[in-house]
Amino acid sequence: MASAGDVPLLDVRHLTKEFQQRHGLWQPRAVMRAVHDVSFTIDEGQTFGLVGESGSGKTTTGRCILRLIEPTSGEVWFRGENVLGYSREQLRRARRHMQIVFQDPYSSLNPRMRARQIVEEPLVIHKQGSRQQRRDRVAELFGLVGLDPMHLERYPHQFSGGQRQRIGLARALALNPSLIIADEPVSALDVSIQAQVVNLLMDLQQRLRLTYLFIAHDLRLVEHICARVAVMYRGRIVELGPTARLFTAPQHPYTRALLSAVPVPDPDAVRRRIPIQEEWFEPALPLREVTPGHWAAV
Amino acid sequence: MTALLSVRHLTTAFDIGGRLIPAVNDVSFDLQPGETLGLVGESGSGKSVTALSILRLVQLPGRITGGSILFRSRDLLTLSEAAMRRVRGAEISLIFQEPMTALNPVFTVGDQIAEALLVHGKATRSEARQRAVELLEAVRLPDPARRVRDYPHQLSGGMRQRVLIAIALACQPALLIADEPTTALDVTIQAEILDLLREMKARFHLSLLLITHDLGVVAETADRVAVMYAGRIVEEAPVREIFRAPKHPYTQGLLTSMPGVTPGTRLRAIEGTVPDLSALPRGCAFGPRCPDHFELCDTAPPPLYDVGADHCARCYLHRPHEGDR
Repeated sequence: MASAGDVPLLDVRHLTKEFQQRHGLWQPRAVMRAVHDVSFTIDEGQTFGLVGESGSGKTTTGRCILRLIEPTSGEVWFRGENVLGYSREQLRRARRHMQIVFQDPYSSLNPRMRARQIVEEPLVIHKQGSRQQRRDRVAELFGLVGLDPMHLERYPHQFSGGQRQRIGLARALALNPSLIIADEPVSALDVSIQAQVVNLLMDLQQRLRLTYLFIAHDLRLVEHICARVAVMYRGRIVELGPTARLFTAPQHPYTRALLSAVPVPDPDAVRRRIPIQEEWFEPALPLREVTPGHWAAV
Repeated sequence: MTALLSVRHLTTAFDIGGRLIPAVNDVSFDLQPGETLGLVGESGSGKSVTALSILRLVQLPGRITGGSILFRSRDLLTLSEAAMRRVRGAEISLIFQEPMTALNPVFTVGDQIAEALLVHGKATRSEARQRAVELLEAVRLPDPARRVRDYPHQLSGGMRQRVLIAIALACQPALLIADEPTTALDVTIQAEILDLLREMKARFHLSLLLITHDLGVVAETADRVAVMYAGRIVEEAPVREIFRAPKHPYTQGLLTSMPGVTPGTRLRAIEGTVPDLSALPRGCAFGPRCPDHFELCDTAPPPLYDVGADHCARCYLHRPHEGDR
């Protein structure tokens, strides 16, 4: 599924994550596949959207790529190397280049650390620069994400939700990563603040040539910022393709159902909801290329 | 037509360190029988406190400091606590955002629906059990005769929200207040719950006060919309007017900042942040973020101006010109 010619920055192949579940002490263990044979690629500088409802496996997929959760099987090729084959030390060094931004700006920042320390911490861990160089870099990062350098010594609770998300972003950018996994980065923010952070993400991508894996449930937002998108349902990708095509000519009935459920901010819009039906997924079909670059499990 | 609910100059303030900070400031609106009013705003806009004030459920340090709430021609603010208890759940019901925490985990859903009926003396114990099944059927919970014996943890988020709606409708209230009823739910479940609310509204002749931050939900559900900012209603109009011809710069900003016009382009964000209620500017609370800001905006909070039929906006841009009157 790679674009012709050059190697994609990220190439996820047959990624699978199984969890052992036990429904009661005397019940036999059951295997739950949170992520089931997921494959996709992201070219450098591109934004790839991973959409799905809760329990679809989109967050687990993001964490498996960074090995924050160890996948059960599959391959994650990042800049031509399989991250899943890395030793602990190799992985630690590779993490410089792949960073994550979390959904909840309230729980993802250490409340006992000052904003400056939060942003500086990755530089300290990866032993980057002298104390003075690190200070300069933190001030630079503050400016980059649109925070006032006067507020460097403040604690997280002294910032608003939008500002906290900027701190999380500054921290993620500290080591000059090439890939950012953004897991619902704006869904906890107020409507009027969401647009600011989305704009910031797009500006930073241009300036720093960032690649995003954008995990979200908000289809309108994904349509706006992603070049390509994959729709997940119960651990599997059911459809994958260029965003414009997937939104205008969805091939999988689940994608159509999902799109039909999105509330349209227009009182005169015609609404025809499509209810989800079990038989769409039984049996699970493999993805097939419907039109070039557009895959669907139909 | 007499309004079912008529809120006049409602002010609810919180006592923070000896200072009274109004979270709801001089809010007035009417709700007609059978109508859905969407109350839209961001966090801290006062929309949830407005809902709690109507039911007199505001907790200290918050209290209602002024105004009146006429419901079926009685002022709820002058009722005794005992009389107010007879209103809550029986005439006005409330459903919350969090279907995960609003149900009691140690009682079956049947018990919790029956409780609503028994408290208000609407049924005997055996009738209540039967009514519970009927109500679960009405809210389209699959297999209601079996589900009535389930505990909340056995249900999904969408099913729990259906149970909460069943409880809210048990005593056939005239008014249902729904505070972000679908915010915690997935989009496909949200669509089902919104459809259900519409259906219940028609079937039980309800008026609905729908509190939400999501303009898409408003467009689908509301007949009229009131937009709140920093404790005040800044614009109110029929739903089509709000989306076709918004007059307040804040409403305009909310609508234009939504993604969906041209993919890949910068969004037209509203700059700045929601103001701290304890440090509001002297003039218009939206002034510091407003693209149309001018001198008059800093003098005093603007009043509501009529800007069309059944449409008003709290903005000096729409003040009548000298000589017009």
